[in-house]
Amino acid sequence: MELSLFDVLGPVMIGPSSSHTAGAARLADVARQIAGEFVHVSFGLHGSFARTYRGHGTDRALVAGALGLSPQDERLRRAFDLARERGVAFDFYPTHVEGAHENTVVMTFRSADGRERTIEGASLGGGRIRICRIDDYPAEITADAPTLVILQQDRQGMVSHVTQILAERGINIAVMRLSRTARGEIACCVIEVDGELPAGLVERVAGVPGVLSARAVR
Amino acid sequence: MYRNFADVARACAQRGIGPAQLFLESECRLTERAPDEVRAQLRERWAVMEASARQALEAPQRTAGGLIDGMAHRQWTYAPGQSLCGPFLNRVMARALSCSEVNASMGRICAAPTAGACGVLPAVLVSLQEERGLRWEALEGALLVASGFGAVVMRNATVAGAEGGCQAECGVAAAMAAAAAVQAAGGTLEQMLSAFSHALSCCMGLICDPVAGLVQVPCAQRNASQAVSALLCADLALAGQVFPIPADEVVEAMRRVGRQLPPELRETAQGGIADTETGRAIAARLAQE
Repeated sequence: MELSLFDVLGPVMIGPSSSHTAGAARLADVARQIAGEFVHVSFGLHGSFARTYRGHGTDRALVAGALGLSPQDERLRRAFDLARERGVAFDFYPTHVEGAHENTVVMTFRSADGRERTIEGASLGGGRIRICRIDDYPAEITADAPTLVILQQDRQGMVSHVTQILAERGINIAVMRLSRTARGEIACCVIEVDGELPAGLVERVAGVPGVLSARAVR
Repeated sequence: MYRNFADVARACAQRGIGPAQLFLESECRLTERAPDEVRAQLRERWAVMEASARQALEAPQRTAGGLIDGMAHRQWTYAPGQSLCGPFLNRVMARALSCSEVNASMGRICAAPTAGACGVLPAVLVSLQEERGLRWEALEGALLVASGFGAVVMRNATVAGAEGGCQAECGVAAAMAAAAAVQAAGGTLEQMLSAFSHALSCCMGLICDPVAGLVQVPCAQRNASQAVSALLCADLALAGQVFPIPADEVVEAMRRVGRQLPPELRETAQGGIADTETGRAIAARLAQE
């Protein structure tokens, strides 16, 4: 394991807990980027998140992340007020997800026109996270690097079409994961890249026939 | 690249450099950055540590649960003439409490190595800086030693309370700070390794038992006591007290003790101080609010 000195002296974060506060903020921030515009978000809390969320500020951290605040933003503790100012509604409920990590949250984002997207993720400790489900599709997103998240028809040639667009822009793929519910249905494609995701790229990928949605997680 | 303290000692001896320089060069190679970029990031981290060690001294913070509100201010304003340990150690404790209070009140801190143990290293280094008039170069060396020593523990054992108990969080923070204090005082690598081992062995087996699962009691108290322990252990080493067990073996012992701790004593709030009659009553009261 290669470790940076700043993995020891860090992260810089809003307390009190790297898993229950910083990790929670990051989870909601990444989920927000995958979900897109929304006016209401529900947080289903599982395991340790359900038992200890108030004392650790997990609730405020989740709302802050959904508003796009970073885990080291001192406005995190005022996240509920900020959400009201921005006209974003939120609620929390306890839930149980079979076999899920202790620190798991199920986030349902609802847009103004009533569309919903549900994203499940876990806070793994030290501020590290993993998104493990988008709606009904298994996913594995750690957001350690800029990431493209694509929901697409599961058919021949889809992947090469998308990778070709990346190659044309000179973007190197670091990691690529594909998962699907059943053959020929919908697949979730997660692509981590080296460097940045340039503007306009996501729109280009979203325009590929058979792509249902494409999102950038930065 | 160094895996353990034996590697560190060998590389330093071969090249005739100190551990701070070794850790800096290794970080530059790993992250493909120039030394000045790494130094600039260290300075940023230091600014966060310094601010959190100061923030609650004058202004009591409000925490969820409220178990430690105002502790830092109370210690800071405790008449120095009364302190049994003298004003220096009293300030060390107040600064460690400040970091813990800021952390528990959703303020900004720098994990070192964790959020729960974020007060130990800043309390030791800010107080030494004030007492000894340390320049930035000395602080930088101390931060490099602290993080390099911590990295060895993260590679070979753990710094998570849920895995190793409080010995792995506040204990490792104290061991890092003890080595850093020796560096700041101009000591040798052998003395840093002894200070590290004195400190880790002084708290071996310390459990993680937070009341109501909050990072407050006894976490704040342990940040204060482990900060003081770090300084005592640095002084032991600087006086020539050699710890007879090599630091790598002490880390391995800490790892094994962590595995031997039952889950109740590893951050689950099911044992120790959390599992007292009053600890349980506090948890029940907070759950209802």
